[in-house]
Amino acid sequence: MILAQTRTYTTGSGPGPGPSSSSVLEYLAPCPDQVLENVLENVLWFLTSRKDRNAASLVCRSWYRVEALTRSDLFIGNCYAVSPKRATSRFTRIRSVTLKGRPRFADFNLMPPNWGAHLAPWVSAMALTYPWLEKVHLKRMSVTDDDLALLAESFSGFKELVLVCCDGFGTSGLAIVASRCRQLKVLDLIESEVSDDDVDWISYFPDTGTCLESLIFDCVECPIDFDALERLVANSPSLKKLRLNRHVSMGQLHRLMVQAPRLTHLGTGSFSPSEDVAQGEQGPDYVSAFAACKSIVCLSGFREIIPDYLPAINPVCANLTSLNFSYANVSAEHLKPIISNCHKLQIFWVLDSICDEGLQAVAATCKELRELRVFPFEAREDIEGPVSEVGLQAVSEGCRKLESILYFCQRMTNAAVVAMSKNCPDLVVFRLCIMGRHRPDHVTGEPMDEGFGAIVMNCKKLTRLAVSGLLTDRAFAYIGKYGKIVRTLSVAFAGDSDMGLKYVLEGCPRLQKLEIRDSPFGDAALLSGLHHYYNMRFLWMSACNLSNQGCQQIAQALPRLVVEVIKHEDNLDMDENVDTLYMYRSLEGPRDDVPRFVSIL
Amino acid sequence: MEFERDLHLDATELRLGLPGTATKQSSEKQKPISNLAKSNKRSLPDMNEESAGSSRESSRTVSSNDKKSHDQETAPPIKAQVVGWPPIRSYRKNCLQAKKLEAEAAGLYVKVSMDGAPYLRKIDLKVYNGYPELLKALEEMFKFKAGKYSEREGYNGSEHVPTYEDKDGDWMLVGDVPWDMFISSCKRLRIMKESEARGLGCAV
Repeated sequence: MILAQTRTYTTGSGPGPGPSSSSVLEYLAPCPDQVLENVLENVLWFLTSRKDRNAASLVCRSWYRVEALTRSDLFIGNCYAVSPKRATSRFTRIRSVTLKGRPRFADFNLMPPNWGAHLAPWVSAMALTYPWLEKVHLKRMSVTDDDLALLAESFSGFKELVLVCCDGFGTSGLAIVASRCRQLKVLDLIESEVSDDDVDWISYFPDTGTCLESLIFDCVECPIDFDALERLVANSPSLKKLRLNRHVSMGQLHRLMVQAPRLTHLGTGSFSPSEDVAQGEQGPDYVSAFAACKSIVCLSGFREIIPDYLPAINPVCANLTSLNFSYANVSAEHLKPIISNCHKLQIFWVLDSICDEGLQAVAATCKELRELRVFPFEAREDIEGPVSEVGLQAVSEGCRKLESILYFCQRMTNAAVVAMSKNCPDLVVFRLCIMGRHRPDHVTGEPMDEGFGAIVMNCKKLTRLAVSGLLTDRAFAYIGKYGKIVRTLSVAFAGDSDMGLKYVLEGCPRLQKLEIRDSPFGDAALLSGLHHYYNMRFLWMSACNLSNQGCQQIAQALPRLVVEVIKHEDNLDMDENVDTLYMYRSLEGPRDDVPRFVSIL
Repeated sequence: MEFERDLHLDATELRLGLPGTATKQSSEKQKPISNLAKSNKRSLPDMNEESAGSSRESSRTVSSNDKKSHDQETAPPIKAQVVGWPPIRSYRKNCLQAKKLEAEAAGLYVKVSMDGAPYLRKIDLKVYNGYPELLKALEEMFKFKAGKYSEREGYNGSEHVPTYEDKDGDWMLVGDVPWDMFISSCKRLRIMKESEARGLGCAV
């Protein structure tokens, strides 16, 4: 902010008395434009919402400039939409960066490895321009140990590293971060693949103490040195969130809990005793340990659970707002006594091993439930399946405040889905995965059109939808007609013809992310979305009816769209069929790190 | 119970006969499944045309009745899993796969034969909680009725009687000893014709 500047008055310049010509150093009356910028700067610091900031930056050049100066959080939903150089040139005072890379369907092996989304160019650019960078959040990016080393070296005040679904690095990279980032508060590794470099990374944290508030490493498959971990926990007085990997036994967990009774989030590791504990031996008092941790609101882990130990968590159940049993093969019997105490539960992730009966128990107690995820213990198509429409119906009747649901099942009925659409009007996310492809309503034999139709019709806040089961174009007609605020749509093995996709592209103005696989949509349908693709983050279509010609047309019509055709590695000859289309808007044009199985049209 | 799903694990069943009879049972038990025949074509995602084509066909022509008869005529269910379906991340799949293998490995598998049936079956006794479940499973597997069991009279009113060979090599009537004892002593099961089973009575 410039408070003083030299001004020169010229004669006859204003209505003031007498002609005079002098240079005056003005302290308190800068020019009107400057006032505006100063005010703006002060005001815009407080603007946190991305949407608001984007809107503000469009008002005029002045606002654009000031907004760029006052933005501290940079969110890049597609790392290829903009180059590191462009981003760092525009926004010069960034403290926190969020970057997302690969499209979600890559998680399911639908994309060959080494497609891209490398952190390297980003960390290089940021090392030069953001010396005060504090936070990096990455999702589906390829991160190498070198990248982590550069990160650790470049940002002296670095506080927070969150890696979700990332890969490419190992324990040696973690060791560097642990030892060099002295201000580190958060190290969260979530569902990432971490290679075992035989480095005891936990012991690289400083012995003298850390400011760690959150340490999440449940996805790290390598064993760790427990003594080092125990020391670390003892030396980290601010630690609130700790999620252990499955190599930590119950006995070890107990020791850690005794050291850190102020934990709010606990991932329990294996939740079974280590092998060298004799049967029948008097074990540590787990119940007391849990009772002592009065602040626990979030519990997860249970990676190799021995159900007999489950009652140990009873003391914390009444306060739990989040419980993750999604790696625990727990039956309804085991679940019921626990869940009946979880009155405050808002987030519940679980395996279908609890059966419909377990879900009924959840519905009976968890009236505050906002998010439910039911994962399959056996992810196959040809089995009976322990959860069904019965469980879904029960949940819809018991958990009226539900906002987000992910439900894997083998059989479902329209009636249950319709019931949920009516009972849970606050639904924002509805993801139903009927695992048998093209499976109809198992009672009526009808397609699942009406069920999903009811969801888009009745759930006025719905922004994310994933469909499954036998679906005709009618389902898509419903989505196009009623899904006016849908932003993310996932489609697999659904629809009859191009009309299905057309309905969606023409009817859903807020659609940002569309991922489709194995559905009969062709070039004509693709072309019907030309008016909308610049408003989207991406479109994914694999194993559909697209041809190279159709995709070329899109590429030619929309120059700011990057149209990637991805071939499967065992099928590299250029034939007319497009295996996978992945297209996204970008300011940069074709990327320069394209692997050989990708061609950009 | 979650273990009921293991009933359908064809992989662990020992069969001496031709496949087909067994699978008919499992496909009848399931609710109308989607086009089992289609899964032949669908195992690779790059077979765009074929899979898309058949999906179009199926959704136009299929009705629940069609599906049922279709199922009964088809070959054994195709085990080929489609790439990336169901959409579960490999990390999660791998974690749970390990658990499944553990659970299976810890099972108690015994051979089951039935007089008159051409081939044996194998079942995991650990899967069942008690005699009623076990009997029900056997009845479904071999399509017979065991009749009512009583300690005094054995199985009443049926042509077939479930028996087992215990650790000592003796043939016993299923149901005579407490379940836990049965589990730990049963070496194999045999569903005998009622006439042959006359000699067996209460073992205690």
